[in-house]
Amino acid sequence: MHTLDCPRCGRRPLDEFTFGGERRPTADWLTDPDERDFDDVWVFENPAGVATERWFHAAGCRRWLTVRRDTSVDRVLEVR
Amino acid sequence: MVVVNPGAVAAFGATEAVASLQPIVWHEPRDSYDVVIVGGGGHGLATAYYLATRHGITNVAVVEADYIASGNTGRNTTIIRANYAIPEAIRFYDHSMKLYEGLEAETGAAIFHRKKGHVWLAHSEMGMRTERARVLMNQAMGVNTELLGPAGVKALVPQIDLTGGGRYPVFGASHHVEAATARHDRVAWAYASGATSRGVHVIQHRPVTGLLRDGPGGRVLGVQTAAGPIHAGIVLSAVGGRVSQLAAMARVRLPVRTHPLHAFVTNDFEQGLAKIVASTELACYVSQTERGQMLIGAEFDSQPSFSRLSSFDALRSYAYKITRLLPFLRSMRILRTWAGLCDISADFSPIMGETGVDGFLITTGWGTWGFKAIPAGGEALAERIATGRTPALIAPFGLDRFRNELAMADQASAGTR
Repeated sequence: MHTLDCPRCGRRPLDEFTFGGERRPTADWLTDPDERDFDDVWVFENPAGVATERWFHAAGCRRWLTVRRDTSVDRVLEVR
Repeated sequence: MVVVNPGAVAAFGATEAVASLQPIVWHEPRDSYDVVIVGGGGHGLATAYYLATRHGITNVAVVEADYIASGNTGRNTTIIRANYAIPEAIRFYDHSMKLYEGLEAETGAAIFHRKKGHVWLAHSEMGMRTERARVLMNQAMGVNTELLGPAGVKALVPQIDLTGGGRYPVFGASHHVEAATARHDRVAWAYASGATSRGVHVIQHRPVTGLLRDGPGGRVLGVQTAAGPIHAGIVLSAVGGRVSQLAAMARVRLPVRTHPLHAFVTNDFEQGLAKIVASTELACYVSQTERGQMLIGAEFDSQPSFSRLSSFDALRSYAYKITRLLPFLRSMRILRTWAGLCDISADFSPIMGETGVDGFLITTGWGTWGFKAIPAGGEALAERIATGRTPALIAPFGLDRFRNELAMADQASAGTR
């Protein structure tokens, strides 16, 4: 993965973007409030497959993007 | 001919070194063991070895998805050091370093262990404060680390450009005298031969596809594989790279992200580089391998992934920085590049021990410091499995530390970022 297709700026080198972390809902099977807090603060889903993430176009339009990426091969599927 | 590594040659002539490779014994797998260890890397094999040698527990299987040491054990940059920033980590890695020193004598296998010293550069006043704090903490814990000014750095690393190409001036460094390197896959083989000759089974090419459980939320009773189930009294996950997926099979959720870390080697450097030279601020380091190549790492991708392809951006980035510090590298060629999967925990410290699920233990979070920890991690987990008690050495590294607000932030001790 060397570039990202920014919806505003077009295809730009990856250096211009900052990884902002995965975006995920807390697992619905976690019912205990303390467990849900622990999960929100510390846990990473770390999927080997499709992840939804936030990326910041720091050296471009300076907007936050939502990116769907296949982490098993590090390939972007969709940028919004 | 220039002898690049007189120490290793003195300790082991070439024939002697090959002869000292002990054979690995391959047993016919059974369908039930007292202990099943998932992951045939250094940590898994070392745990099996210490279970057999220290505790007489040999009804043990190490189940590996590929071949042994095919993951990060064979992909790391082979540095052994204990110059960490927090007391719990210094104590743990110092013990590991001592076990490494005795490993050739103990196993009879040549691992090409060689003491070199680790010079950790600072390029700013802020960086010097970090190194000064590290030196004081190391000395307080009995670890031999000294503070150097620029002249001291030049004396140890004559090839260095103290101006850093005009961009990364060297303000000084900490010098960790006892730091060493060893041949990484030989470490795995030494543990594998020592364990299998005592009756431990190593099962290669057997990916684990699930965990056997005594009902939802119940005890883990073994592992499911493509070639059928394997029952176990205790299952230890010593997986690198796919640990979040394995833990999820037991509904254990981890504060771990997996990032590819990139490294490369160049052609041989005849003049020789005696020290391991590193810079945290620049996220790069270099040492010389036993065959004379310059081994240069390492930067991990900011985004997690499970791709083991080298990333040109990372290579370009740290090749640029390391050639400012050591200009002779500019004329050298990259022979080989690779990436390994680093499981990096939220506080940059490893996670060892209980998972909260009966019968299921874990050792993970080894991204960027797993190799140096192999002996101590294996020894401590073997003791936990054999006695049911968590040794004091690894008690601070439990998964429950995050819940108990006892996270152990130690990012400044990673060789990279």
